[in-house]
Amino acid sequence: MMRLEKRPSPSRLWTAATPVLAVVVTMVAGGILFATLGKDPVAAIRLIFWDPLFSEQYASYSRPQLLVKSGPLILIAVGLSFGFRANVWNIGAEGQYIIGALCGTAVALAFYPAPGWYIFPLMVIAGAFGGWAWAMIPAILKTRFRTNEILVSLLLVYVAEKLLAAMALGAMRNPDGGGFPGSRNISRYEPAANTELIANTGLHWGVVTAFIAVIFAYVMLHKHMLGFHVRLAGQAPRAARFAGVRPGALVVFCLGLSGALSGLAGMFEAAGPAGRISIDFAAGYGFTAIIVAFLGRLHPIGILLAGLLMGLTYIGGEIAQLTLGLPAAAIQVFQGMLLFFLLALDLLSNYRVRPGRREMT
Amino acid sequence: MKHARLLTGALMALALAAPAAAQDDPVKVGFIYVGPVGDFGWTHEHDLARQAVEEEYGDAVETSFVESVPEGPDAERVMTQMALSGTDLIFATSFGYGPAVNNVAERFPDVAFEHATGYQQDHPNVSLYNARFYQGRAVIGHIAGHMTETSTIGYIASFPIPEVIRGINAAFIHAREVNPDVEFRIVWAYSWFDPAQEASAAEALIEQGADILMQHTDSTAPMSIAEDRGLYAFGQASNMIDFGPNAQLTAIIDNWAPYYIERVGEVMDGTWEAGNVWTGIGDGTVAFADFSDAIPEEVRESAAALRDRIAAGDYHPFTGPINRRDGSEWLAEGEVATDEALLAMDFYVEGITSELPE
Amino acid sequence: MDLSAIDPLVLAASLMIAATPIMLAGIGELISEKAGVLNLGVEGMMITGAITGFAIAVQTGNPYLGMIAAMAGGAALALIFAVLTQLLLANHVASGLALTLFGLGFSSLLGQPYVGVRPPRTFKLEIPVLSDIPVLGRVLFQHDLIVYISVIVVALVWYFLKYTRAGLILRAVGENHDAAHALGYGVVKVRFLAILFGGATAGLGGAYLSLVRVPQWTEGMTAGAGWIALALVVFASWRPWRVLLGAYLFGGIVVLQLNLQAAGVRVPVEYLAMSPYLITILVLVIISSDRARASLAAPGSLNRIFHASH
Repeated sequence: MMRLEKRPSPSRLWTAATPVLAVVVTMVAGGILFATLGKDPVAAIRLIFWDPLFSEQYASYSRPQLLVKSGPLILIAVGLSFGFRANVWNIGAEGQYIIGALCGTAVALAFYPAPGWYIFPLMVIAGAFGGWAWAMIPAILKTRFRTNEILVSLLLVYVAEKLLAAMALGAMRNPDGGGFPGSRNISRYEPAANTELIANTGLHWGVVTAFIAVIFAYVMLHKHMLGFHVRLAGQAPRAARFAGVRPGALVVFCLGLSGALSGLAGMFEAAGPAGRISIDFAAGYGFTAIIVAFLGRLHPIGILLAGLLMGLTYIGGEIAQLTLGLPAAAIQVFQGMLLFFLLALDLLSNYRVRPGRREMT
Repeated sequence: MKHARLLTGALMALALAAPAAAQDDPVKVGFIYVGPVGDFGWTHEHDLARQAVEEEYGDAVETSFVESVPEGPDAERVMTQMALSGTDLIFATSFGYGPAVNNVAERFPDVAFEHATGYQQDHPNVSLYNARFYQGRAVIGHIAGHMTETSTIGYIASFPIPEVIRGINAAFIHAREVNPDVEFRIVWAYSWFDPAQEASAAEALIEQGADILMQHTDSTAPMSIAEDRGLYAFGQASNMIDFGPNAQLTAIIDNWAPYYIERVGEVMDGTWEAGNVWTGIGDGTVAFADFSDAIPEEVRESAAALRDRIAAGDYHPFTGPINRRDGSEWLAEGEVATDEALLAMDFYVEGITSELPE
Repeated sequence: MDLSAIDPLVLAASLMIAATPIMLAGIGELISEKAGVLNLGVEGMMITGAITGFAIAVQTGNPYLGMIAAMAGGAALALIFAVLTQLLLANHVASGLALTLFGLGFSSLLGQPYVGVRPPRTFKLEIPVLSDIPVLGRVLFQHDLIVYISVIVVALVWYFLKYTRAGLILRAVGENHDAAHALGYGVVKVRFLAILFGGATAGLGGAYLSLVRVPQWTEGMTAGAGWIALALVVFASWRPWRVLLGAYLFGGIVVLQLNLQAAGVRVPVEYLAMSPYLITILVLVIISSDRARASLAAPGSLNRIFHASH
């Protein structure tokens, strides 16, 4: 039998090695899955992981698209990682993302079709504020009534989704849209459009903000007192209290930050790649970002890489569907396995596996 | 500037369309679906049509598809990748793909695009196609008007958009025509597909006295409920006879195969041109499952006659006099609705008691 | 507004049916959360149950064998979650989300041959004598077997948690796993069983949809019911009978709005659809703000990773 022994601090070697190992194991397991579906496993793996980055046919397009797909995931996940480190569990990023998009779009629609340089900055503020305000609901309920923030933030996702549908069908419906649900295309409305900053790079303001957030988070967590407090609160809540950390303030900070970043992500998406609000606007970024945060070990650089990896499986998965005729479900299963293996192997970085009997309990 | 680009785009499309066909390589056709091919509804029928294309042309054609693609940036990416992989013709099978179709079409002027149920056509290589499902609804309305004993027909609707409202109106007008006492009970599910809710909706309608169910949602739940209760229903999108062997009076079947086969053929001989078509019973796009034996002989005949008159273009289901629900005149005696009016329909016709949700 | 057209008794009968899948999934999740494990994979387990149940029912021609298979299918998926979170100490939230992703994909792969297939039918169980009672008989005693089973499961869970020693241990593990461990209880073993139970009932709830309610297999057919079940457990403040009450309330709101629409009454559907979640948040605030009733609030060790370090 084996016994687990907690490491005093996570092993650096294993922290770096486990993701690579997990990807390799997933490739093997995924290959078996694809083979049982009657598809060439080697080709499928190559199409998912290699072609989007390096093939002549797709790479020049897919590489920028990788940034577009991963940008919101990274931005949201960086915000969430602060709370997760401090034991503040915001799992309602999806809702904050939706509300941010709704607020940003509302500003754009309010000014339509007037010109004005100030419209886009106002949308940015509105998007961040919307996400922040939506996250403040669980924050205030937590600090005021000790209400569990996991549950409140999750419940508010459903409310936000219904609100989105109501808006897409009602107040924000495009009057020139032939009666179909969905707002006006605000990415075609120049003062509100979140356009590509440099042609064919995929870089739009949301992606730039995501990169800034990664750097900001890295500095905060490693060089700043607040980051120290966040880590301390997570690892040793009692010690944190002695160090003068006010738990209430920390909850408000963590939820507020992740809410604002999620709201920004939603707003940038609505004004850029998506171009508009529609019933299906929320494509699960908020939930996927939670997974990305954990895959990245709650570390900003890790999140950056995890976000890109997730994005790659989406884009590569589409190419595999297209060229091999793999069903979309096979890609979903493949992604699920990747997550399982990453989560499972994480054990190695936090614990030492020692031979010996597990203590009978 | 913009015009210049459009023009060169058009020229390139013309120049490139021909050589694509001259090669011996199979024509590559891509399909992008909003749902899974296993939805047994909207996407399922599009995929059957894709298979029909493969069957028709064999090795001369190569089809591929990507399913469950959300509307928005994902759709744009998928279509771009299709274009990059050398696809000659792309069928985008959901209304919400409109902006993405036009964006991609601009960048790939030599790829032909076919967009279902949309209205945006900014480039010379974007074609629009739609089906006049309201024609089918007129026929089932006619049957329902004859068959109902309680004079109450239940209608499970999805979203209050013109397509759905048109269907309700067409069915209602033709049910009223044969049975002046007919009432419609309408429930909005606010979903295209939510089996459990559709089942509850069916029960609620039956409770309100409906003895015939119509649906504009994709699941077979209402059909199964009708079967259990010994009532009648009409299948939607697919033939649902297996789920209601006694209950199904007929079904409106989406049959995209004739159009897809025709358009793929045109790309093959280099004659494809962008168009904007709205096909119906006459073109085979709107098809019916066999009329049930439960329908009396003479009703089967009159329904078939109605179907054939619509197919031949002798009769338009929206022919005046028709008033709006509020009593104001919409179509005068003998006047036929224009396609523009139908595409923007946002009101119930006179006689429907409930209010249209906003 | 004319409400006379709506028969409250019929409403009651149909909400019992509408509530069954979320009640089954909810009661399983309650046990899991009572043991201190938040499993966000309910949707994935439900849909896996829906397809395994459907497939076995079609293959064997027996819907009840299908139900059993659905429980096994849901539990099998839950086993992945249990191994990840209990043996490999992975984060609960991330593992649960991954489970849902995996379950949705896996079920559609399994279900490919079953699209458009009609499953064998179950029978309505009209309880003799009782179903003949005027009025009440129709409401309460003319349902499918699973409707009764769901109520029985709720009763058993209530009895188990309140009156059995095993139930006490389960609650202790959920309240404070370190203390429970110190007392010599097998925290990991208890949580494993709780998670598997949650998977089995979620699977059964899914199969109720695919075999009884709809009955049909289509991808994604649970359409978010698993997420509603999660909210339901919170609404119930982790008490079994309130799961039943909450399921009837949640189901009731849906059934009521559909009935109002059918009766020609105009209802703001989207806003009404938000109400269960807003009510749940309100309930949560009330129970957590009252110190005297703090025992009603979330289990103490919910979402905390347990590792026996000694």
